[in-house]
Amino acid sequence: MSKSLSNDNQVWGSRVGLVLAMAGNAVGLGNFLRFPVQAVQNGGGAFMIPYLVCFLLMGVPLLWIEWSMGRFGGRLGHHSTPFILDSIVKRSFWKYFGVFGIFTNISVAAYYCYIESWTMAYVYHSVVGTFSSMSQVDVAQFFVNYIDIGKSTTGIPYEAIVFFVVCVILNSYILSRGLSGVEKVAKIGMPLLIIFGLLLAIKGWTLGTSGANAEHPDASAIDGLNFLWTPQYDSLTNPKVWLAAAGQIFFTLSLGMGSIQCYASYLKSKDDIALNAVSAGFVNGFVEVVLGGAIVIPIAAGYLGLDWVKENASFGMAFQTMPYLFNNWGVALAAIAGVMWFGLLFFAGITSSLAMGTPWMGFMRDEFNWSSSKGAWSFGLIVLILGLPTVLFYNYGVFDEYDYWAGTVSLVIFAMVEVLIFVLVFGVDRGFNEINEGGDIKVPIIFKYIIKYVTPVSITAVFLGALITPEGNDWAGSLQGLFAGKGWALDNSSIIKQATLAGLRAKIAAATDASVLDNLEKKLLYVTGARILLISTFLGIAGLVYLAYTRRVKEGRI
Amino acid sequence: MNTSALIVMLGSIAFFTFYCVYFFYLVLKAPMRAEPDSYEENDETPR
Repeated sequence: MSKSLSNDNQVWGSRVGLVLAMAGNAVGLGNFLRFPVQAVQNGGGAFMIPYLVCFLLMGVPLLWIEWSMGRFGGRLGHHSTPFILDSIVKRSFWKYFGVFGIFTNISVAAYYCYIESWTMAYVYHSVVGTFSSMSQVDVAQFFVNYIDIGKSTTGIPYEAIVFFVVCVILNSYILSRGLSGVEKVAKIGMPLLIIFGLLLAIKGWTLGTSGANAEHPDASAIDGLNFLWTPQYDSLTNPKVWLAAAGQIFFTLSLGMGSIQCYASYLKSKDDIALNAVSAGFVNGFVEVVLGGAIVIPIAAGYLGLDWVKENASFGMAFQTMPYLFNNWGVALAAIAGVMWFGLLFFAGITSSLAMGTPWMGFMRDEFNWSSSKGAWSFGLIVLILGLPTVLFYNYGVFDEYDYWAGTVSLVIFAMVEVLIFVLVFGVDRGFNEINEGGDIKVPIIFKYIIKYVTPVSITAVFLGALITPEGNDWAGSLQGLFAGKGWALDNSSIIKQATLAGLRAKIAAATDASVLDNLEKKLLYVTGARILLISTFLGIAGLVYLAYTRRVKEGRI
Repeated sequence: MNTSALIVMLGSIAFFTFYCVYFFYLVLKAPMRAEPDSYEENDETPR
């Protein structure tokens, strides 16, 4: 019998496959690109203290909560969050809140597949030796040309779109094979990712000062490692650092998306979730801290110097710098290292994007009896339609808009509410028993109290911190100002200011140059369009949930 | 590397490596449940 997602006999092939798929869901591009940047911006080595505290008090408990909610819902035949929440909270509103668990996945997949397609393109360019004779400036410019869809770096017209479409088709095809397809990719991709990562990490740890050259005589990988790991203990009293650590833990574990619940919904009550969840979480932590902390920053500092890294530490370093750095290793090794690095990023990306397809497929199977093939290809079509604006109007902020609302704010809101539901509605005693049911480890009783008190408070603090971020992210100064009666000035990065596009409007008001003004007004137009698309997607899924509900009522299933 | 950076780096690496390997080892060593369970690997007949 088929193992497709459209089949009631849908199962995971093996427990190791499930843990690797869950770890693959969590391990993403952020493990290699976001973590080291967050660490150096928030106290270096001292960042690890709030990072570890947040991992244990918020990350691991939330993993258990999401796994147990998923398995609970799956027992009742639900494989997506709208009706998982509906089965926990017997009030009609909450299934619409569960729409977040499908909406977030689709919307994030729309732009995530685009980044994934960059890694595919860069693997291709590493193999054919495109970067072999390029200077650092050329490599950086290559990336700019690549995302400018009017320019071609391969001779293929509109190559950014071509690679994006190929990437979406590949994801859809694997998803159409059901859980077995997802599991196969995780079983191949995760070990390869760890091997590639370890080889590059060893280079980062051992490079030392051997990368120094006439242009950068002081370059040293040791400086990079010192920069990343030297603890600045005074940063521990800054709430910004704690919020950054909580945010990093939250995003790196793919919490608040709905994909963990979907994967776990295919488990039976007698099978373990307590050990599986913590194992997947620590695999993600290993990849992030051990591998993610040893590649980009040390290697970049080893060839370009620490000053350059301080000025340029960002997400784009992976694409705008690494191919040039690999050139220092000779033509053959540069090609191999390029394939390893961008291949590693590709596997990190695809194991996450595949997870994003499964809640939609599970929902359409449960409610409309769609086959796995139909669910997968329809997911691909929606991602293509929703994702093309991020490709076409990348430079006008569409990509960032999707990332902010779907990939950041929605996650926090959904996770915060699901924790509150778990604690207040499902009940901590019942929930803790659910987590331990069938467990191969016994979760320490202290976590019952952490789940009851610490996790809801910390996640609410993350949300409020993002909602009302003070001007300049200066929490200490702003709190003092508040008590001195000076009010609370919001930063343009706060959710409230972002919602009103305050930063962009301020730039428009201040612009004097006609071309700059024209560009900013176009940006305002495209960003507004992106918001309309996202809202339409959410409402469309909510409409499907309503339709599913009326079908259930008609068929007497409710 | 300076001493404090080295201690923090090695401590973090040791913590995550140890628990990653330990929990994954427990997953590998855990006995399979009686059928029907959630996994296909120990099915006597294909589903």
